[in-house]
Amino acid sequence: MRRLLALTTILLMGVALFISGCSKQEEIDESQKTTIHLAMDADPVSLDPHVQLSGGMLAYSHAIFDPLVRWTHEMTFEGRLASKWERLDTLTVRFWLRKGVTFHSGNPFTAKDVVWTFERLQKSVDYKGLFEPFESIKIVDDYTIDIVTKRPYPLLLNMATYIFPMDSVYFTGADENGQDKGAIVKSGPSFALTHESGTGPYRVTAREHGVKTVYERYADYWDTASPGNVQKIVVTPIKNTATRVASLLSGDTDFIYPVSPQDFKQIESNDQTKLVTLGGSRIITLQLNQTRRPEFKDIRVRQAIVHAINNTGIVTNIMKGFGTTAGQQGPKGYLGYKEELVPRYDLEKAKVLMKEAGYEKGFSCSMISPNNRYVNDAKIAEAVANMLAKINIKVDLKTMPKAQYWDEFDAKVADIQLIGWHSDTEDSGNFSEYLSMCINTDTGYGQYNSGTYCNPKVDELTMAAQAETDTAKRTAMLQEIEQILYDDAAFVPLHWQNLAWASSKDLAIEPIVNAMNFPYLGDLVAK
Amino acid sequence: MFAFTVKRILQALFVMLIISLLGFSIKHEFGDPIRDMVGIQVSVKDREILRETMGLNDPFITQYARFLKNAAHGDLGTSFFYKKPAMHVILSKAPATIELVFASSLIVILISIPVGIFAAIKPRHWFSRIAMGGSIVGVSIPVFLTAILMIYLFSITLGWFPSYGRGETVDLWGWHTGLLTADGLRHLIMPAIALSSIMLPLFIRLIRSEMMEVLETEYIRFAYAKGLKKKRIWFIHAFKNTLLPVITVGGVQLGIMLAYTILTETVFQWAGMGFMFLESVQRSDTTLLVAYIIFVGGVFVIVNTMVDIIYGLVNPTIRVSGRK
Repeated sequence: MRRLLALTTILLMGVALFISGCSKQEEIDESQKTTIHLAMDADPVSLDPHVQLSGGMLAYSHAIFDPLVRWTHEMTFEGRLASKWERLDTLTVRFWLRKGVTFHSGNPFTAKDVVWTFERLQKSVDYKGLFEPFESIKIVDDYTIDIVTKRPYPLLLNMATYIFPMDSVYFTGADENGQDKGAIVKSGPSFALTHESGTGPYRVTAREHGVKTVYERYADYWDTASPGNVQKIVVTPIKNTATRVASLLSGDTDFIYPVSPQDFKQIESNDQTKLVTLGGSRIITLQLNQTRRPEFKDIRVRQAIVHAINNTGIVTNIMKGFGTTAGQQGPKGYLGYKEELVPRYDLEKAKVLMKEAGYEKGFSCSMISPNNRYVNDAKIAEAVANMLAKINIKVDLKTMPKAQYWDEFDAKVADIQLIGWHSDTEDSGNFSEYLSMCINTDTGYGQYNSGTYCNPKVDELTMAAQAETDTAKRTAMLQEIEQILYDDAAFVPLHWQNLAWASSKDLAIEPIVNAMNFPYLGDLVAK
Repeated sequence: MFAFTVKRILQALFVMLIISLLGFSIKHEFGDPIRDMVGIQVSVKDREILRETMGLNDPFITQYARFLKNAAHGDLGTSFFYKKPAMHVILSKAPATIELVFASSLIVILISIPVGIFAAIKPRHWFSRIAMGGSIVGVSIPVFLTAILMIYLFSITLGWFPSYGRGETVDLWGWHTGLLTADGLRHLIMPAIALSSIMLPLFIRLIRSEMMEVLETEYIRFAYAKGLKKKRIWFIHAFKNTLLPVITVGGVQLGIMLAYTILTETVFQWAGMGFMFLESVQRSDTTLLVAYIIFVGGVFVIVNTMVDIIYGLVNPTIRVSGRK
């Protein structure tokens, strides 16, 4: 028996050596130099960009497709498939499209592809909400389109960053199962799940769902001015944080994200790797449920809580500096941002406020938080519970994985609930629409307002700001909202989560990463 | 004999039914699959529509009946994440796990037997003491810690082995194997050692104690008295009898080893079934989850049924007791 095993082993090793001898030559080809390995925490769920709205899918879209316009580092717009644009009237913006662009299938890109994609977005479960303010899209000629909104809409260009034209010819007709090639299917096979044809810098040449996706540079890419010189990107999802960092440090990957604060030191002290961080726009907040807990109806109690939370302590000790302390919803750079609205940590004042409200002895309440959704979310929640104990609020904290969290959150099972929010429109208004407007199940506003805070003035201002195209007036409205929420202590702002990427020193990732966390891989330069 | 076989198969089917019922009834505890399929801003109404069209709102009995009906046709549902038949996903991940378990079993067999025998023959030797002491440490360190430490030492510090994945694979009649490329083998070494680290100490100790027991028996003493060569007594007469209980335990442990692949595969990003299982829990991919539970249950039931039938063939007394 043992002899047999030994024999098999030797045989196997022999075969392996033989094969490896053969494959060695193939490995060393020219493209090796500009092939990079990228590891992220998750794989794009589909090759269909409209099947889900998530950071990962948008990052994928920027590599394989091109939007009409995209955000720059300074949060201004840069034309991609639209070479220029102009507001014709309060409802209409005209876009002039780039000529001579081809899809990966070889089909030319024209206005009808934009219209086709736009109509597909309006059908997508994930995108139709964002495209609700839009009335229609009109073809002026092959390379000019007009986008019309139902009411004056200031965020039209923000939304144009989501329009990644797809190849309408390629996706028309029926696939081998008789299903429409353009169908958006959430829970089953579809043509677009496994096929792509965009105009982007890369084509998907191989894909093993959940294991590996290979991007290869599209030879006829229109943007010849792009400095990008990476020919091939092997994208691997590596779920485990420690493994992801190890893969970079050992040189098995060249570019990884996200990176956890506890790994920063290791990456910075290694002479082969570097770390790039940017301030992010995702706010982490606590919502105080006024319906469940009558004490929270009292503004003094809410103020006391806000004063009892040491935002700086959380950012320094738990986030290791990987965050920006927040006193309001939108971060700096957003229209509604008000410099004066800073965190209010003052324990003495908090105790006085509790006393004034008649809760000197405190009370007990429940709290829930996810434990794998935001950076260090469970630790933050524990710290908050400890801080509230100092003003005699006894918190019964329960943490759970995100797969279970959102149902509990929606059911408002606890008095204090933690939620992080990133504005899909990159605009202040979005925070109020989802987090602080009165809950309205018909319109969907206040969908994630588990604090049940309701102030008609905030609703009125948010709606007015939605339809105000004058930037100065809009800014005033959005800032007023932040001021009201601050004075009312409508919720507890904690911090804005920063973003981090790490790569080998040979990659110039600084110019391509951004606050939205979709690196523009097409412009990536490798030394 | 025929009646016995039919009876065993019926029993196996019944067990499978119970497993599927259990799997199906706990699936709601893993969270809402819809949540993982849509962006956070999608309205409650739209989520409700999606849930309705996917049949997730139907009463438990309806859902279960539909599931059984499809399962009878060999369809265990479509994975929410992979958007492919769950069975197809599981089978495509199986080679990676089987190869990993095979490699670790090889390590366990090749090391535990000589070390175990040596420790039994020369219990006071310094090597035996180190092996016994080391095995206590080995069995106490959790797999994921061993794995992380190995990655740190051999990938980051020394750069000997790659830190993640399966490396290059070759398609062998539909079986994607990493055993035939140098790159694949290099990727296999660390996960295989990490996985074997939990079984190896156990087997060394098991072989040692069984062997020591056998060495005390009458027939071994008689063999000594007869003047047989020591090596012949140890390796032929004693060792053979040591193996019987070891094989029995080994069979059971193989199942446990399959379970431990979940940890090893997660740390090494090894695209096998264990990793797939953990991910489907995190994604609330309940179809895949239930299918996997049934698949694993099925494998165990089939193996046990076959063993029972073979036993019945070999040992007629079993059949008699089965008739009671």
